[in-house]
Amino acid sequence: MNDQPLILAFCCHYCAYAAADIAGSMRLQYPSNVRVLRLPCTGKVEIDYLLTAFERGVDGVIVAGCLEGGCHFLEGNLRARKRVERAKQILSEVGLEPERLEMYNLSSAEGNRFAEIVTEMSEQVAKLGPSPLRPDRNTVEQNFREMTQQAEATIAGEIQ
Amino acid sequence: MIVADRKNVQEIRDMIKDHDRVLLVGCGTCVTVCLAGGEREVGILGSALRMALKLIGRGNVVVDECTIERQCEDAFIDILATRVSEYDAVVSFGCGAGVQALAERFGKMPVYPGLNTQFIGILESQGVWTEKCAGCGNCRLGEFAGICPITRCAKHMFNGPCGGSRDGKCEVNPDLECGWQLIYDRACALGILERLGAIAEPHDWSTGLDGGPRKVVREDQRINT
Ligand code: SF4
Ligand code: SF4
Repeated sequence: MNDQPLILAFCCHYCAYAAADIAGSMRLQYPSNVRVLRLPCTGKVEIDYLLTAFERGVDGVIVAGCLEGGCHFLEGNLRARKRVERAKQILSEVGLEPERLEMYNLSSAEGNRFAEIVTEMSEQVAKLGPSPLRPDRNTVEQNFREMTQQAEATIAGEIQ
Repeated sequence: MIVADRKNVQEIRDMIKDHDRVLLVGCGTCVTVCLAGGEREVGILGSALRMALKLIGRGNVVVDECTIERQCEDAFIDILATRVSEYDAVVSFGCGAGVQALAERFGKMPVYPGLNTQFIGILESQGVWTEKCAGCGNCRLGEFAGICPITRCAKHMFNGPCGGSRDGKCEVNPDLECGWQLIYDRACALGILERLGAIAEPHDWSTGLDGGPRKVVREDQRINT
């Protein structure tokens, strides 16, 4: 398990987060080293959130939003995709592989697809190896917890 | 406003890599509005630079961020003064004037540019800025139906168009609108086309940059002189 890449998934509350829930209740198998961070919409994703995750040592980042045309806030997921593209550009200038970051679209019912995405990304990142910025495992886990707490605090009251 | 865009991360990394403590300074005015050097962009570049430095074995370089309201006025730079002494280099994310204002204020501190300053322009549409004025110091928009021949015509012609204007596009680049077509169309719309019949006088470039840096002085506003 410890060889698996550490992946942070920014998940929209209305689709990917629900899909992750379904994947869990369906008892689908997917790599366990993925941490889910809930957002009210992927439109909430800022480039600095993505970069901060890498700075804190995660190996890969997933941004998972609703299907195109199905965003709860109309176009949050389309904006997120553009920000992901810009973040990838910056990552390559930094010297990290842009393939460590990917955006996916899925619906809230697609528990299977969630498991698939996570598996696919985990394999893609495993091929690249651990991030050269990764501190020791406990620090990354601590960072994961902090980022999740910060995100939950930020969105408190935003999701009905 | 002044429009700028960011430099490549590696270019900035290489400027600062031999320092130990670097402060990135954003500017809250023009470059915030054009999404190049405000608080958010400085945050992004800070993160990117810390990672880029670490990847070349310079992870011990401290890179901090702050943003002040306006870099081109000394009064706003005041609040930086105590902080700057904790660093051995500054990267300014202001326009070229901001960079130089910081350099003048902090005589012993290397100050590097984080942006490429581009032009005086407008927001054409969300995420797109276009050059409109070259700051020639002798504005002649009144003669040209409100469209600047210096900025909008690739050859800066005062008696255009040239022979290369085709279907409203400029021969220099088919993606460019011909400035003179724009002048002509707007003059027609305003009913002042006959004014363009007269030969336009050569431009007085003595008010332009060729005479060295210019100054604007308002005697009534000066104090202690
Ligand atoms: S004529 Fe000179 S001042 Fe007027 S818009 Fe053109 S460049 Fe700017
Ligand atoms: S085609 Fe129009 S804009 Fe281009 S150089 Fe000629 S007159 Fe100027």
